[in-house]
Amino acid sequence: MADHGPAKGITRWLYTTNHKDIGTMYLIFSLVMFFIGGSMALAIRTELMSPGLQFMHPEFFNQMTTMHALIMVFGAVMPAFVGLANWMIPMMIGAPDMALPRMNNWSFWILPVAFSILLSTLFMDGGAPAGGWTMYPPLVLQTGDAFPFLIFSVHLMGLSSIMGAINIIVTILNMRAPDMWLLKMPMFVWTWLITAYLLIAVMPVLAGAVTMLLTDQFFGTSFFLAAGGGDPVMFQHIFWFFGHPEVYIMILPAFGVVSEIIPTFARKPLFGHDSMVYAASCIAFLSFIVWAHHMFTVGMPLSGQLFFMFATMLIAVPTGVKIFNWVATMWRGAMTFETPMLFSLAFVFLFTIGGFSGVMLAIVPADIQYHDTYFVVAHFHYVLVPGSIFGLFAACYYWLPKWTGHMYNETAGKLHFWASTIFVNLTFFPMHFLGLAGMPRRIPDYATQFADFNTMASIGAIGFGLSQLIFVYVLLTAKQGAKATDRVWEAPRGLEWTVPSPAPYHTFDTPPVKRVAQESFQ
Amino acid sequence: MIRKLILSVLGLVWASAASADFALNMRAGVTELSAETYAIHMLVFWVCVAIGIVVFGVMLVSLFLHRKSRGAKPANFSHSTAAEVIWTVIPCLILFFMAVPAAETMIKLEDSRNPDMSIVVTGYQWRWHYRYQNEGIEFFSSLASPSMQARTKNSGVDPFSVDNYLLEVDRPLVVPRGAKVRILLTSSDVVHSWWVPDLAIKKDAVPGIVNETWFRADVAGTYRGQCAELCGKDHGYMPVVVEVLEADAYAAWVAARTGSND
Repeated sequence: MADHGPAKGITRWLYTTNHKDIGTMYLIFSLVMFFIGGSMALAIRTELMSPGLQFMHPEFFNQMTTMHALIMVFGAVMPAFVGLANWMIPMMIGAPDMALPRMNNWSFWILPVAFSILLSTLFMDGGAPAGGWTMYPPLVLQTGDAFPFLIFSVHLMGLSSIMGAINIIVTILNMRAPDMWLLKMPMFVWTWLITAYLLIAVMPVLAGAVTMLLTDQFFGTSFFLAAGGGDPVMFQHIFWFFGHPEVYIMILPAFGVVSEIIPTFARKPLFGHDSMVYAASCIAFLSFIVWAHHMFTVGMPLSGQLFFMFATMLIAVPTGVKIFNWVATMWRGAMTFETPMLFSLAFVFLFTIGGFSGVMLAIVPADIQYHDTYFVVAHFHYVLVPGSIFGLFAACYYWLPKWTGHMYNETAGKLHFWASTIFVNLTFFPMHFLGLAGMPRRIPDYATQFADFNTMASIGAIGFGLSQLIFVYVLLTAKQGAKATDRVWEAPRGLEWTVPSPAPYHTFDTPPVKRVAQESFQ
Repeated sequence: MIRKLILSVLGLVWASAASADFALNMRAGVTELSAETYAIHMLVFWVCVAIGIVVFGVMLVSLFLHRKSRGAKPANFSHSTAAEVIWTVIPCLILFFMAVPAAETMIKLEDSRNPDMSIVVTGYQWRWHYRYQNEGIEFFSSLASPSMQARTKNSGVDPFSVDNYLLEVDRPLVVPRGAKVRILLTSSDVVHSWWVPDLAIKKDAVPGIVNETWFRADVAGTYRGQCAELCGKDHGYMPVVVEVLEADAYAAWVAARTGSND
């Protein structure tokens, strides 16, 4: 069985039930989506380079902002983390594969279909969806022919995510190596377990919300239509009940990645492993009771506003615990600065800045001024780009030698890191100032006092986009470097480093016995 | 290579900083509550700066001292309950001290009782309609025509040559200085949001719902804002302009407007 290799040709990828093949497909798919969504971001930033409309009409601009968000959230960040989960979770817990391999294949292959449908709306009558990724009614009901296709593709994405999440939970709970009890699990596995529960809890809520939009549009219901006795604000409540856990779905696995990488390159155990688990669980719980902080201007009772403000501020506590624990892990270590470590350090630094603006946004009177301005755009891009995306880059560099069996080009990796870090700040830091000075988000043109910072942000965005080509170069040359050893790095811990590099097509045909303890720092 | 890159970016930032008059921060505004909002914003900002200095400071010291290239030997400690308790409790206390003034301001913001006048503001795609409840005045307020001409794609008009580009309307909302003005917000089509930064007011205009907010401007002047909730293709082109006049000038304006509604 152990030498049972992959099938030849295209059927290997179409029919595969191998977690490594499926992981690879997820990762490549999300990289493609990252570039499509990124080129939309560049279209936006090109138009915003200077005041006045130069390149596109406002309708198309709104399509770009909407599609950029949908593609980056559902097409790039989420599938990339599922790809990592597929590749790494079985190897980290000593399992031969995912628990439900055929469903695994299906949950991947739904995605190319879903995004083909979504992207095809760009060519439909009335253009792509332009009402924002939040899909607020009544505006979203003004979408042209694209509307039912938008709903259907969101349904498909949800289906894929739910199946992926079920698979991950079943795998983690049932297929761990014999002596790996729950609190022995690596942080990446832990954060993914929590994330998977979040996915199962909220993706059906999103599906319900968009289904109600569909019936409002085509079947005469009035869930969200005031004229028929419905309530447009109810959609916002339902959407953000999905939407807020969703942001933790996108960041918790990155927390896990960073918690794997910092100990390796600090040559020191992760500080407070168990409190990290409790903190992540706390964040997940709180994420269900803070949704209306996206809606402080919508007209809520004072008591509601107070509740959501206090609950939101509380999230800063477990998040702070995580950051303090990472810093304590670095403290008195013996650090080296390979590319994965660089991305992880930038993650801690820049995600914290996004966390600070998050605390500011929690404070209701100030939020009333910040809400729907570029301050918010700066905030969520700080947690998503140098947060989630840097976490993904760190993970790719960290595990790439395990996947390919060769060391990647370290010089190119470092160049990718420095270019990305500089340009990401040049892009998003000025947006704080724009928002505070009064520039609303989602506008194609702006008053002239906002011109200078917008130009800076646009230059940064183009630089950031081009920097990602270095990453593609690293991936294309990934097999040309020196042979990687099995352990790859000097002091990594975890079962994934006990298998050869590259990892053979099948790993852990028999469960590893008594290897968990010696691979664990505890 | 990397150093050169950093230097050239810093140079770029410095050059644009030196040549511009851009605003970096929120404005304190012209109402009691806008000043309070500004004070809370600055309080939270400085708290974040202080925490940032401590956390990033420790991190930077560690990055400098505890590197393998300096011969650092890794310690092997992995947990400390005391440390976890300390860095859970201290943030809780800090948050508490920020929440109290915020809650106080929120209570005032929500208190729109006993207004001196009420204005019904209705959002349309893509302009605002104002109706003074007692004065019998009502009118639409749309983007002013100089901006309207300059905004079309490749209009050939330099936005910098237009006064208050995209922030000027044909008919501003006019209110008296010192009066408590209650704003009743609704919409005729999609969700809009009525925002004037100097008055520290932003409230959504939602179809089928009437939202309430209020302000009392202490300084006469013209205050500009924009629609803040995506409302379709011309979302960027429905500014809000509020003109605050002295009582006598306001009375004259009302007298001139009455009977000439359009």
